[in-house]
Amino acid sequence: MSSSAFVLPSHDDVRARLFAPVTALNTDYARAIDDDRLEAWPDFFVERCEYRITSADNHRANMPIGLMYADSRAMLRDRVAALREASVYERQAYRHVIGAPAILGIEDDAVRAEAPFLVARIMRDGRTTIFATGRYEDRIVNDAGVLRFRSRLVVCDAARIDTLLAIPL
Amino acid sequence: MTAPTPRPARAWPASLARVPYAAYLDPERYRNELARVFGGATWNFVCLESDVAATGQYRTTFVGEMPVIVVRADDGAIHAFENRCAHRGALLALDDGGTVEDFTCVYHAWRHDLRGNLQGIAFERGSNGRGGMPAGFRKAEHGPRQLRTATVAGLVFATLSPDTLPIEEYIGEPVLTHLKRVLNRPTEVLGRFTQALPNNWKLYSENVRDTYHASLLHTFFGTFRITRLTQGGGVHVSADGGNHTSYTIDLASDRESSAYRDQGIRTENQGYRLADPSLLDTVPEFGDRIQLQILTVFPNLVVQQIHNALAIRQVLPTGVDTMDLNWTYFGFADDSAAMRTRRIKQANLVGPAGFVSMEDGCVGGFVQRGATMAADELSVINMGGEGYESQETRATEVSVRGFWQAYRRHMGD
Repeated sequence: MSSSAFVLPSHDDVRARLFAPVTALNTDYARAIDDDRLEAWPDFFVERCEYRITSADNHRANMPIGLMYADSRAMLRDRVAALREASVYERQAYRHVIGAPAILGIEDDAVRAEAPFLVARIMRDGRTTIFATGRYEDRIVNDAGVLRFRSRLVVCDAARIDTLLAIPL
Repeated sequence: MTAPTPRPARAWPASLARVPYAAYLDPERYRNELARVFGGATWNFVCLESDVAATGQYRTTFVGEMPVIVVRADDGAIHAFENRCAHRGALLALDDGGTVEDFTCVYHAWRHDLRGNLQGIAFERGSNGRGGMPAGFRKAEHGPRQLRTATVAGLVFATLSPDTLPIEEYIGEPVLTHLKRVLNRPTEVLGRFTQALPNNWKLYSENVRDTYHASLLHTFFGTFRITRLTQGGGVHVSADGGNHTSYTIDLASDRESSAYRDQGIRTENQGYRLADPSLLDTVPEFGDRIQLQILTVFPNLVVQQIHNALAIRQVLPTGVDTMDLNWTYFGFADDSAAMRTRRIKQANLVGPAGFVSMEDGCVGGFVQRGATMAADELSVINMGGEGYESQETRATEVSVRGFWQAYRRHMGD
């Protein structure tokens, strides 16, 4: 069979073209958090955005309250400012491993995508645990030439948090 | 360097203002607490009435470490019983909740009704005339232990003891009135999370009664004047010490107070501002000026109103140095869309990722680790004196001493 005979279905063609940029967005997002460049984190979102961390059980039951919630980039900046200036917690870091995104479709001007994540938490004494696993449910837009999240719903597989959730997922 | 000389365990001091750190460290004491406090003459918060609204609707939870099922039975009443099969002790219910007709054990299919009574035994008469249970076996004499239940303000409590006072008397005034102040109409659950804390359950129980720490540990409280010791308010303690309600009323005079600045206290941070202040956009909703109220019922219930962020917290011990804090965020069934949005935003203050509550999540662990070799040393709980009477100030540890008064009575210390 000649390789030239193979033509990607047009549906898959869209997915293939979006796969790389969405993967890059997730990669950059993870690096900003894991490298402690939290001040860059709000810029992954558009100005009027939604960011919410919830659990699979709460999500399934349509419970609106999450562990963290923001409906503006300013609220995301407030999260970072609180971590830097206000909140008391022991020094810790994350390591995100974000899996390959599933491109679920295009709705109006936004791409719907989903990606699984695993986040290890590294405490100051070196104790490292699997802190959270779950999936990102995203709506991504082209914001003047830059891909940003209009919404990022962080659905943790478990509703159980060890000690505290300080750094965003 | 010489090793510390071992000393015999220190007797419990007479004063409520001193607590030996052994109280948080001793595994034998912990086993006794499960029997005497959680299994004793106390009302344990187990779930909301709305969790078990219809016949057969149940939730699973714990009384101390005892797994229990709470269920609405066919008599219309709420029953609670040990989540343990009469036969070999396996869990009867394996999920957080649901709706069932009975509880049939997965192991050997022994069937229990919605009140926890053993009703059916698979192959009770054997098969083909052989095997089966002895003729003298009486099902009524076997079954999971049953608890008494009581409800108040939409909350369900359970007790293993026949001696526990009626619930409203047990909670006592003025705590009961403050409880009904917040839980005054049908609620709607808006989210549930569990925070696993690395500390003895009593460290959290003290923390939540400790009005002294709130504006000293939590920058959000101090800076944004959510609760400050220079504001109005007070602490009411029930007659037996175990239950409390503390509240904060904003005072115009607090805005001129320099008490935090003068003492160099970290939590009043003059330069700290919110880029999106809608987080703290608050509407008074209980017909008074109380902007913060924290209420406890011994041994395991906390009801929180911080501005419009409402939550119920259930304290469950899971070991001598671990516990689960179960958060149930709620609003009211008649909330407007704007109020619902407000509650969702203000929930950022509380819970495992709360600007305030995350700090309470770690501070108990700091004590647990700091005091790990200090079993015979004493914790100092002296703010506001030695007793546990209600006080018109929150610069006090009076309700923490009240906790120890109730605890020591149940424990016989």
